[in-house]
Amino acid sequence: MDAKEIIARRVAQEITSGMLVNLGIGLPSLVANYVPSGRGVFFQAENGVIGLGARPPEGMQDPHLTDAGGGFVTAVPGAASIDSAMSFGIIRGGHLDMTVLGGLQVDEQGQLANWKVPGKMVPGMGGAMDLVTGAKRVVVAMQHAAKGESKIVPRCTLPLTSLRPVNLIVTDLAVLRFENGGLALVERAPGVSVEDVLAATTARLAVPDVVPEMAL
Amino acid sequence: MKRAIRCDVAAAMIPDGATVLIGGFMGVGTPERLVDALVARKARDLCIVANDTAKAGRGIGKLITAGCVSRLVVSHIGLNPETQAKMIAGEIAVELVPQGTLVERIRAGGVGLGGILTPTGLGTEAQEGKQVIETPQGRFLLELPIRGDFALLAAYQADYAGNLTYSLTAQNFNPIMALAATTVIAEPEAIMPIGAIPPDGVKTPGVLVDHVIERAA
Repeated sequence: MDAKEIIARRVAQEITSGMLVNLGIGLPSLVANYVPSGRGVFFQAENGVIGLGARPPEGMQDPHLTDAGGGFVTAVPGAASIDSAMSFGIIRGGHLDMTVLGGLQVDEQGQLANWKVPGKMVPGMGGAMDLVTGAKRVVVAMQHAAKGESKIVPRCTLPLTSLRPVNLIVTDLAVLRFENGGLALVERAPGVSVEDVLAATTARLAVPDVVPEMAL
Repeated sequence: MKRAIRCDVAAAMIPDGATVLIGGFMGVGTPERLVDALVARKARDLCIVANDTAKAGRGIGKLITAGCVSRLVVSHIGLNPETQAKMIAGEIAVELVPQGTLVERIRAGGVGLGGILTPTGLGTEAQEGKQVIETPQGRFLLELPIRGDFALLAAYQADYAGNLTYSLTAQNFNPIMALAATTVIAEPEAIMPIGAIPPDGVKTPGVLVDHVIERAA
């Protein structure tokens, strides 16, 4: 199982029956592949659909039905199409149960940076600031390190997405939870030891006596 | 009653230097024929307010490539490297606005509100230069309204009263922008006889629409 699949499978376990969930573009969008159908879960795409379905077969795309990355999608029975004010009203107004986003850094305060690398990459925040500010639960899905550097840091050096702490971070090495004002290690990936996680992390982590392996 | 007009006639109404709101999300729900007409008339120095600049060769991306734009108010340019390059080179001034704030600023501009209070962006770079307001509900950023000289909308159907419908994710910013410009021009895919769109199906009432673009050839 590669890093992305580990992350996507583990995040999918956070999604329970009847939830409304927004998946970010890229890695977070893979999560949908591992949520069993029949759970009554609705996925929102912020460009304007509640009830996002799978990619359509070749030749059956609708040019008016896309996800936030611009890729063709389908809609499930019971779906609704909405304008951008309604879409962000749902996001900011506390009606979204969970958002899953990618990240560049998360720090000991639980704060996320994911929209800008000054001087290098300025994609813009898109919907990320509204999603992190307004969703009931914020889950970050990202690689634990990039180019050998920990992305779980004492303090974000990149511009923040929101002051609001995220709830859960799922990486290819571990699951971390923000609780009691700090980050706690709650699970480790298959074949990864607590020492491995700590060695790959520059932030301080609270480590309980027993850290179970992810049940994938 | 509105007689449909040609794209080039509409593009000629839009002077260089105008502020233009354009619907669409990654090019979906963007009035492509109006964009092509602006490129053809070599529009210059436009300020474009939109969610994003799509990508090269699509939607607003064509205006970027053709050098029509000097200023952008958008939420995301990550999928258009050309926009980023022109921003870094100083050819285009870019104001990045959180997406939910952008749509509400446009809505405020269209519905007569003096601004909106949002928690989004508090304590981030999006707060720079803005007033923080404390209310019994907490702390919020004051975000000011946006209006355009023109709004260019993509619709699914129009009728000759100017009523508009939209399709699926092609609606996005279009119905909100319909309220927020001095002159509103809609480019529908189909034009129906009056009465063919039932009142319950109208998303943008025709009273808001100044011009309807004729059907594609």
